[in-house]
Amino acid sequence: MRTMMQRALAAGCAATALAAVMSAALAESTSDEIAKYREALQDGNPAELWEARGEEMWKAPRGPNKVSFASCDLGLGPGVVKGAYAELPRYFPDAKRVMDLETRLVYCMVSQQGYSESDALRNTFGNGSAHRSDLEALAAYVTSQSRGVAMNVALDEPHMHDMYRLGEKMFYYRGGTHDFACATCHGDDGKRIRLQDLPNLTKIEGAQKAYTTWPAYRVSQGELRTFQWRLNDCFRQQRFPELEFGSDASIALTAYLAGRANGAAYDGPAIKR
Amino acid sequence: MRNILVQRALAAAAIVTAALAVLHGCASAPEDRGVSDRAAAMMKSSFKARGQATLDRLDQDETQRLCSEYAGRPLPAPIAERIRQANLATIRYPADGKLVGDWKRGETIAQSGQGFQYSDDPKKAAGANCYACHQLTPQELSYGTIGPSLYRFGKLRGYSDETRRYAWQKIYNAEAFAACSNMPRFGQHHILTEQQIRDVVALLVDPASPVNQ
Repeated sequence: MRTMMQRALAAGCAATALAAVMSAALAESTSDEIAKYREALQDGNPAELWEARGEEMWKAPRGPNKVSFASCDLGLGPGVVKGAYAELPRYFPDAKRVMDLETRLVYCMVSQQGYSESDALRNTFGNGSAHRSDLEALAAYVTSQSRGVAMNVALDEPHMHDMYRLGEKMFYYRGGTHDFACATCHGDDGKRIRLQDLPNLTKIEGAQKAYTTWPAYRVSQGELRTFQWRLNDCFRQQRFPELEFGSDASIALTAYLAGRANGAAYDGPAIKR
Repeated sequence: MRNILVQRALAAAAIVTAALAVLHGCASAPEDRGVSDRAAAMMKSSFKARGQATLDRLDQDETQRLCSEYAGRPLPAPIAERIRQANLATIRYPADGKLVGDWKRGETIAQSGQGFQYSDDPKKAAGANCYACHQLTPQELSYGTIGPSLYRFGKLRGYSDETRRYAWQKIYNAEAFAACSNMPRFGQHHILTEQQIRDVVALLVDPASPVNQ
């Protein structure tokens, strides 16, 4: 554990130094320089700090009931973490609902550990050291345990199939003051906003590369961000109202993108600018 | 004269629309329509109003609905024409007829992405965020590529009344030219004020604008 923390701290320093280099790289404003920067980021990932904290939380007795996540079933059996994320979202008969990882974690916190729902949802997205998010740390740990595992969400399961189709409709749903849909920015190859490359999520390859690299440590925010956060912030920029954490729409869209990523090796938590 | 033309075009569009409604019923399976309706209902219950971004932002006008429905597959020509005509009819022009403002202010508006997000201060002027998607002045290297390059917009098209009018219309309502365009309808949706549109037009068409150097 200590070596993991030390490595993560070293990675954090490297990321900070790189953030300084980033402004110089941006000044040159060439895609080559940005590509080099992104490559350099891969050398060390502060996400390991979140993974380590999440692992401790996963194993420790928590909540009013003082029970750990050992009895939490992420789909592969109580307490089984290895490979679980590669098969999420999935339909859970106990909750009678398709759930993504974050929603399932909240479910276990409420039904097993005894937290109230509002307590479990208190810090869904962290804000630096002032408001650290347990859910982000837990998500970092659980996802790290699927690294290298091929994505395999069960699209032939009827509930999942339905959510996939609903998510597809949402992906193309135009609305708001600016007429934006997910597809506005993520429907074509080789596009960017300012200098930020945009994945084409309508192509399998693009969806695979994008989906398998969330959660990610965002250098610009100094935070580890989950897929729920990714969707929430995309809709903010779409000028939509706020996507509710763990809502059916958030899970449908996740099911759609995870389904399209099927077959690709999961490669997160990653690091992004 | 113009009004008569618009009326005739709208009448023609209405006939085409009626014919299409029949065709359309055959083209999209009822099951698929059911999924669309359920997806819309799901969204209504999954978002919450925050700040200026209220839930009515999820309500679609006909253009948004058609563009969502046909997204990811070819847009039938009559539907595209119907969208263009409906949007062309929304375009308004300044009472004083002045379409061109100050390109320097236009550049500031083109750079700004502020406005209409729930995280934005609604009291501050919104930007057009042109650079998010377009190349404009050669000095700004941080530009996006979702839309075409607009470098030398006026120089290439000629500094004519026609060019100025086209720039105004395109910014006001891009759907009047390209059905299901990715570009927001800045005039129709009141994203920009009349004066702001003038200033962005100037950035594109003023011979002195860096865009045309």
